[in-house]
Amino acid sequence: MIPRHQTVLFFILLAASIVMGTVLWQLRARAHERLLAGMETTPTEAPLVAPPEQATLYFANDADSSLMTEVLSLPLPPSPNARARAVLGKLLDLYAMPNATHPIPGGAASVSQVFLLPATDADATSTPPSPAAKSTDTGPQLAVVDLTGAFVANHPSGLETETLTVLSICATLHANLPRITQVRFMVDGQPRPTLAGHADLTRTYLTADAVPTEGTHP
Amino acid sequence: MPSTDRKIKTAGSRILRKNSGCPIHFAGSSRNGWDSIIPTKISSIQRLFVPILASILLALSIPAFAQAPSPNRFTVVLDAAHGGDDTGGTLKDSSGAVTPEKTITLALSVRLRSLLAARGITVVTTRESDATVDDNRRAEIANRPGAQACLSLHATQTGSGIHIFASSLPPAEPSRILPWKTAQAAWVTRSLALAGDLNSALLHAGMTVTLGRTALTSIDSMACPAVAIEIAPEAATGSAQPLGPSDTAYQTRVDQALAAAILEWRSNAARTEALHP
Repeated sequence: MIPRHQTVLFFILLAASIVMGTVLWQLRARAHERLLAGMETTPTEAPLVAPPEQATLYFANDADSSLMTEVLSLPLPPSPNARARAVLGKLLDLYAMPNATHPIPGGAASVSQVFLLPATDADATSTPPSPAAKSTDTGPQLAVVDLTGAFVANHPSGLETETLTVLSICATLHANLPRITQVRFMVDGQPRPTLAGHADLTRTYLTADAVPTEGTHP
Repeated sequence: MPSTDRKIKTAGSRILRKNSGCPIHFAGSSRNGWDSIIPTKISSIQRLFVPILASILLALSIPAFAQAPSPNRFTVVLDAAHGGDDTGGTLKDSSGAVTPEKTITLALSVRLRSLLAARGITVVTTRESDATVDDNRRAEIANRPGAQACLSLHATQTGSGIHIFASSLPPAEPSRILPWKTAQAAWVTRSLALAGDLNSALLHAGMTVTLGRTALTSIDSMACPAVAIEIAPEAATGSAQPLGPSDTAYQTRVDQALAAAILEWRSNAARTEALHP
């Protein structure tokens, strides 16, 4: 014979279990609804891709020590800094290809960053930028190209090849961002005396000196 | 101690007498009234000391003259690039052997120095052995003698033929005090003329030549007509195997052509007379 109080306790616990199971079922349904609702807020559109634009690249040719222009269609971002990095990345990608006329390993990853600053006078090594140059958005610019240490370490050594690399970078930057009139180089964020033992990297390069006439030697 | 007189015949065939009573007795003050200034008594130690001192002074003066030749003489500075810890690039010859750039530039410099010296040209070199010489020191050595031509010698595996570079500094008005890092700006016009003479001589020797301008620290600080000459593998012609910069025969041909160019540069009086810009 089951005692009365045990029978009462059994039915109380059974009722509690049924209530709790019902509540849990409802909570699960609500959580599922919230999850579905959260997924709906996730963007399903593809990221915006910059529209392709015409970019002018100055290719170096070791065979005759010349710079030649080539116009390519590239997706260029609107930001000048990103645009400068994009064109240099494409230039170095082509130099890293097999049978390149100016072979340099590394590719686009060799350019860590490109900073654009207001340019000063031709001798920009010590003079700080003037207030007028700082305030205007249309004045000449100094591009600081930060290269990776791996790129410099793997660059072929030689006066001609190093000079062509520097000049092709300067000319390409000026062709796509005409406000860039001066270029300086850094390696892993630090100044470096030479590119691979020859070309001076401590100097401020003027892009006007780098841009040659078609097919001529720099 | 009895006084002993000794007779010495001088270059002027005059007979002088030395008084042995006084350690150093000048004839001008002697009681005999001689007006020549001649030591009248030299001890044996002093007799040895004088030629030794003269020899030392002579030996010390020789390097000084070698470092600072007369400004009126035609002087060429040869700068063998790299050296010591700075090996420069590496070059492979046809057999696959690797030679550092510093070895090739030194060989070029030594051979060219001999060729120029044999033609009566004073040559100053920035290094004669596998030693580390920084760019500022190279420019110091080049600027001291007031040279009429400064050649910085390089070698590379890329490209072909001979690459001649002048400084890319814009021409500047000469002044008494030149900025160290841009001293070449006052000479760049004459450096381009020197590059032209070198170009002609190398073309005449049947070589492929590329002219250009570059930013090279060592020549940018030189106060003389200065060019950098980079020797690349010979341009391929026909079926013959092109020679590389490490090939001795190729180096000799290049050096002979450069020596001929320097002679041409010297013979042009209009250029060489104007030592300063």
